[in-house]
Amino acid sequence: MTTKQETLEKIAASYRAFESKIQRRVVVCAGTGCIANGSLAIRDAIIEHAKKAGLDVVVEMSESLPETAPAGRVYMSRSGCQGFCQQGPLVTVEPDGILYCKVNVSDAEEIVTETLVGHRTIQRLLYLDPESQERFVGQKTIPFYTRQKRTVLAECGVIDPHCISEYIARGGYLQARRAYLEMTPKEICDMVLESGLRGRGGGGFPTGRKWLAALAENGPRKFIVCNADEGDPGAFMDRSLMEGDPHRVIEGMMIAARAIGAEEGVMYVRAEYPLAVERVRKAVDDAVEAGVLGEHIFGTDHKFTIRIMEGAGAFVCGEETALLASVEGNRGMPKPKPPFPAQKGLFQCPTIINNVETLGTVPLVIRDGAQGFRANGTESSPGTKTFALTGHVQNTGLIEVPFGTTLREIVFGVGEGVTDDDGKLCKDGFKSVQIGGPSGGCLTEEYLDLPMDFDNLRKVGAMVGSGGLVVMNKQTCMVQVARFFMQFTQNESCGKCVLCREGTKQMLDLLDLIIEGKATMETLDTLEALAGAIQKGSLCALGKTAPSPVLSVLKHFRAEMVEHIVDKKCKTHKCRKLSPYAINAEACKRCGMCAKKCPVGAITGDRNVGFTINEDICIKCGACKANCKFGAVEGA
Amino acid sequence: MENTKPTMIIDGRSYPINGEKTVIQLARNNGIDIPSLCYHPSLSTFGACRMCLVECEGIGIISSCTLAPREGMVVKTSTETLRHMKKTTLQLLLADHDNECTTCPKSGHCRLQELARRFAVNRNPFHQLKERRPLDTSSPSIIRDSGKCILCGNCVRACSEFQGIGVLGFTGRGQSSEVKPAFGLPLGQTDCVNCGQCASVCPVGAIVSHSYNDEIWAAINDPDTTVVAQIAPAVRVAIGEEFGLKPGTNAMGKMVAAMKKIGFDAVYDTAFAADITTIEEATEIIGRIKNGGKLPVFTSCCPAWVKYAEEYEQDMLDNLSSCKSPQEMGAAVLRKILPETTFPGIEQKNLVVISVMPCTAKKFEVNREEFSHDGVKDINYSMTTIELAALIREAGIEDFDTLEDAPCDNPFGLETGSGVIFGATGGVTEAVLRYAAEKLTGKKSGDVKFYDVRGVEGIREASLTVAGITLNLCQVHSLANARKVCEDIRTGKKQYHVVEVMACPNGCVNGGGQPATLYTDKVVPLRTKGTYAHDAELAVQAPQDNKPLADIYAKYLGEPNSEVCHHLLHTHYTKRPKYTK
Amino acid sequence: MQDNSVNNETASRVDAIIERIGRHPDMLVPVLQAAQEEFKYLPQDVMMSIAQGLNIPPAKVYGVATFYAHFTLEPKGRHIIRCCDGTACHVKGSMAIMDAIRSHLNLKEGQKTTADGNFSLEIVSCLGACGLAPVMVLDEKVHGQSNSKDALEIIKSCEEK
Repeated sequence: MTTKQETLEKIAASYRAFESKIQRRVVVCAGTGCIANGSLAIRDAIIEHAKKAGLDVVVEMSESLPETAPAGRVYMSRSGCQGFCQQGPLVTVEPDGILYCKVNVSDAEEIVTETLVGHRTIQRLLYLDPESQERFVGQKTIPFYTRQKRTVLAECGVIDPHCISEYIARGGYLQARRAYLEMTPKEICDMVLESGLRGRGGGGFPTGRKWLAALAENGPRKFIVCNADEGDPGAFMDRSLMEGDPHRVIEGMMIAARAIGAEEGVMYVRAEYPLAVERVRKAVDDAVEAGVLGEHIFGTDHKFTIRIMEGAGAFVCGEETALLASVEGNRGMPKPKPPFPAQKGLFQCPTIINNVETLGTVPLVIRDGAQGFRANGTESSPGTKTFALTGHVQNTGLIEVPFGTTLREIVFGVGEGVTDDDGKLCKDGFKSVQIGGPSGGCLTEEYLDLPMDFDNLRKVGAMVGSGGLVVMNKQTCMVQVARFFMQFTQNESCGKCVLCREGTKQMLDLLDLIIEGKATMETLDTLEALAGAIQKGSLCALGKTAPSPVLSVLKHFRAEMVEHIVDKKCKTHKCRKLSPYAINAEACKRCGMCAKKCPVGAITGDRNVGFTINEDICIKCGACKANCKFGAVEGA
Repeated sequence: MENTKPTMIIDGRSYPINGEKTVIQLARNNGIDIPSLCYHPSLSTFGACRMCLVECEGIGIISSCTLAPREGMVVKTSTETLRHMKKTTLQLLLADHDNECTTCPKSGHCRLQELARRFAVNRNPFHQLKERRPLDTSSPSIIRDSGKCILCGNCVRACSEFQGIGVLGFTGRGQSSEVKPAFGLPLGQTDCVNCGQCASVCPVGAIVSHSYNDEIWAAINDPDTTVVAQIAPAVRVAIGEEFGLKPGTNAMGKMVAAMKKIGFDAVYDTAFAADITTIEEATEIIGRIKNGGKLPVFTSCCPAWVKYAEEYEQDMLDNLSSCKSPQEMGAAVLRKILPETTFPGIEQKNLVVISVMPCTAKKFEVNREEFSHDGVKDINYSMTTIELAALIREAGIEDFDTLEDAPCDNPFGLETGSGVIFGATGGVTEAVLRYAAEKLTGKKSGDVKFYDVRGVEGIREASLTVAGITLNLCQVHSLANARKVCEDIRTGKKQYHVVEVMACPNGCVNGGGQPATLYTDKVVPLRTKGTYAHDAELAVQAPQDNKPLADIYAKYLGEPNSEVCHHLLHTHYTKRPKYTK
Repeated sequence: MQDNSVNNETASRVDAIIERIGRHPDMLVPVLQAAQEEFKYLPQDVMMSIAQGLNIPPAKVYGVATFYAHFTLEPKGRHIIRCCDGTACHVKGSMAIMDAIRSHLNLKEGQKTTADGNFSLEIVSCLGACGLAPVMVLDEKVHGQSNSKDALEIIKSCEEK
């Protein structure tokens, strides 16, 4: 069985032999975003033109290449998400370190002739910084990348996710092998505990503590479940990691399995992620074929298998016990804890459920050791965290920064600032950033310098959650944002416990009263009291956190809420029923009928200057609109 | 030396932990009724209603139905936070509930109504979501009103955990969640066996028995009809609960008196008919054992079990005893005898036979084609214990608990212990043994009681040797257990001579037609105890000592299992599709 | 006469699926997914067959099928439009796009599929392509950074085909 221990070295050696015969490597981003923008067609076009140009084009890693290729050899590789989704489709050329942005199929020929053959950089395809109007060559210089710290994502967007040998050649599965051959389960758990690794899926529970609990359980059967049911609308970190570096997640699962003594694994992948499902499936198959997964792992008597299960569309299945119910073939309804899954989980067996990113981080902990891992991040939240930076921000995409990074660094550094509704950079456009999705909260400008970690965010009524970070500009109505999340949780409530099922519905109705201008201050009291009850009394974590977005808006944007209620006004004009009447000067024939019909004298003007409505006097009775023959009165 | 028992503190007072698995149970055992809607002592924990929340030191707010008591645990049940939360929870429920209490059959017995009063929910700030919905009256036994449903899931768990059938399930998600049969089919088109346990565990008026009280009143008020009734054994130990008597109190005499007051022309005891069943069934069993007939013999008194077997255990239908249930035997005999005795010359169509049963499945049974002759059903209407109580209340009989006992009418006037114990699980088996032992040995025995077959476990076994014949007996309650037993028999793992099956947990004393309670752990054992206590105080405890019955056999039936008996007292079974269009 | 509502052809197709996925109650979700793939939706007789094949109550199959958003009990349109209404898409104006599509396709409140059966419009909570918000998917092809005009054009081009 000793040969099995050497499997990794053999695979790595054959990959390196292949690599040494390659002169150029073109990496086309094949993440969901870039594929959507046509990156695969670009890849095909580059291949076609490169062949025409007489280059030796290699599309798959192969062991049997001739030593030399007269005209030069190009390896057309694909990667997972390179992160900079806003600028996609992305094409990287190595070893030149060039990153071409917003590439078109029509650019393929030029990329071949200029860069691959001519060794020249195409300036117009380089990243253009909107503020300085400066162009940057590649990841080593573009601020979006240089301001990040990519550890979990180190290989994501670099390696070919379809190629297990590349993962192995870059040191993949070595940590799993260490875990199986050189460490006891207890040592692994202790190391993870000491590293301070906390669950990246939302709660931030110490991973080591969870594992130790499962390790302490006896049981002929134990399970590792990878929670890849990324439900937070506005987050795609887990999807990207699975698409870009699936073997890292599998390796993390193997280490977790070794740590608690599990032989079976389940990956529960969100069905909205077909590409992630496909790549993870292939990765598992390849790992089995390579002898990494399966029986006699690394020559030991241990075995570990992974089953992929696709979710069927239920946010609540991100909750541990609901996810397990779903795997067991039931409705995804959470169960009260205790018993915790670590004691009684899948099929009543001890089960560890970790999120994709947590498991993807585990190999780093083993590689760097507990102290090494703590080199990044804060005392209470060591390591780095990936975020999906989206919304009204210049650079949207997948990012990774150490815990403790401030929101300002993320939004204005990595993200390079806020945009207006038309997508233009807007210097003082920042209004809020929503963190933690439907379980999180909205933060204001005054929190921009708060070092972000699990505990700091919780203190201010937000949470890391899975890492969705949605920037919102001043044109955003926060009551609408609160309503949006309430609608989401109400839709996704499993319907089991009364407080969540009925409470979220009533909260939504109360918010609708506010948005429609039918609320009184009493509505606000009812809303707040109800939110408190749901938070304290719901059955599962999703119910308990369902009121968070609303409570955070109540806390940080109370004035805006009150304005909706008392003044019946929405300054952003996003609440249709509260948006003020206005006269469209172009359509207006200046007949003056509106002013005549206005019961409160809110409309002033004359035939020469035209007519305007004074918002402060207007009672929104609609008489002006009803009496305008030219349809010039807008609003409401 | 006394062991110091572990204790925990509830609302500042210390209580011993006597093996209770949950804090809610411990509190209730000590006179603190932590409110709940979805907690049921015999069902799995659900944790959905959030009414049983408590504040536990070191844990925070948690549902007491999932909290295991531990030494030194400190719990508060009525803090300000909890009071407000529970009030809010009730308001939320009421906002999504058809609140027309005045027209609800469960009014006065509704747990939600009770809690709303208890927590003084005098106004509701929330938007009313649910309106009146159409009723599902497709089942002869059960009426569902989804507008009343609060999604506690008790019925869903009862149907799958007690009966292993799972007719009802949750559908949809979130606000659009509903409890209903597959594909939203009417209950009457499903594999529902009509046991009524769903109604028993329903805290509100979403599932109730299908009452025919209007029809029964009409018959009573019709001058052309004679209305007679028979009362099943288990009813007598439960009906008192509806009138403030302790569970288990034998209220047979008061019930008969009340019914006479209402205008029933005669009232008979189904316990008497149960003796016929015992004799017929024991004879059949002995015959099958002696003649190498099909074994084991399954009892056939329980109509829910019979329907279940016709749907799910079709290869075992030949194992079912061919005996009709006591209700149907009683009716058949009454319809034969009464025109010759009490009501000379009465036409069958003018004789209305009512049965008072602890059971909702009996309503289905009376509609079986086999039990109708010349367009007249042997039993016109079967009513539940609860429905009889409603009838008594409607009649304005205020003094039920002080009524002077009245006897049942002849020919079914004698109350025998062997008939009464039919109400408890194991009772049929014991009655058969009381009869068979004497038949086989030919000797009168002193004490006729067979304690080995009594008990509460869902599957019990007993082995008895009588006159050289060893009888392997099995007593089962709940159909989920019956399914297991059938499987064991099928695979040859178990071999029995007689298997008694009762669909309802603990037998008919806890039937689907009995007064509903969410405190079955306290009430049902008292009914069982009352049943056996009553048996012990009766003069006649074995069917062979039932003199009037012997006369009936002599005059009308001949020998047990005779041809007349077969015609009158036995039936047959047919395979039944589970779902019908 | 067992559950007469299921015809033999459906039953044998369902049975083949169960045979492939696994004859065990745990496999209900994958079996339903495969059945939906095969039958395009989950008609009653298919669910009934699944219940029989996995030996579980039909009410359970129905309960699971109605719980998860991916399962549909009614036939879908020939083309499936999925509009993302995740947070990122929402703040970038997904509602306006959906309203435009709805009015273009003449879809009433709560109506998912057009009367001619040509299109189904689904709103999904997040497609995970937030970097491209607002996102719409037409027959598995992702269209990012769209607006109402683009969206309608994409749909119109599909109509012409």
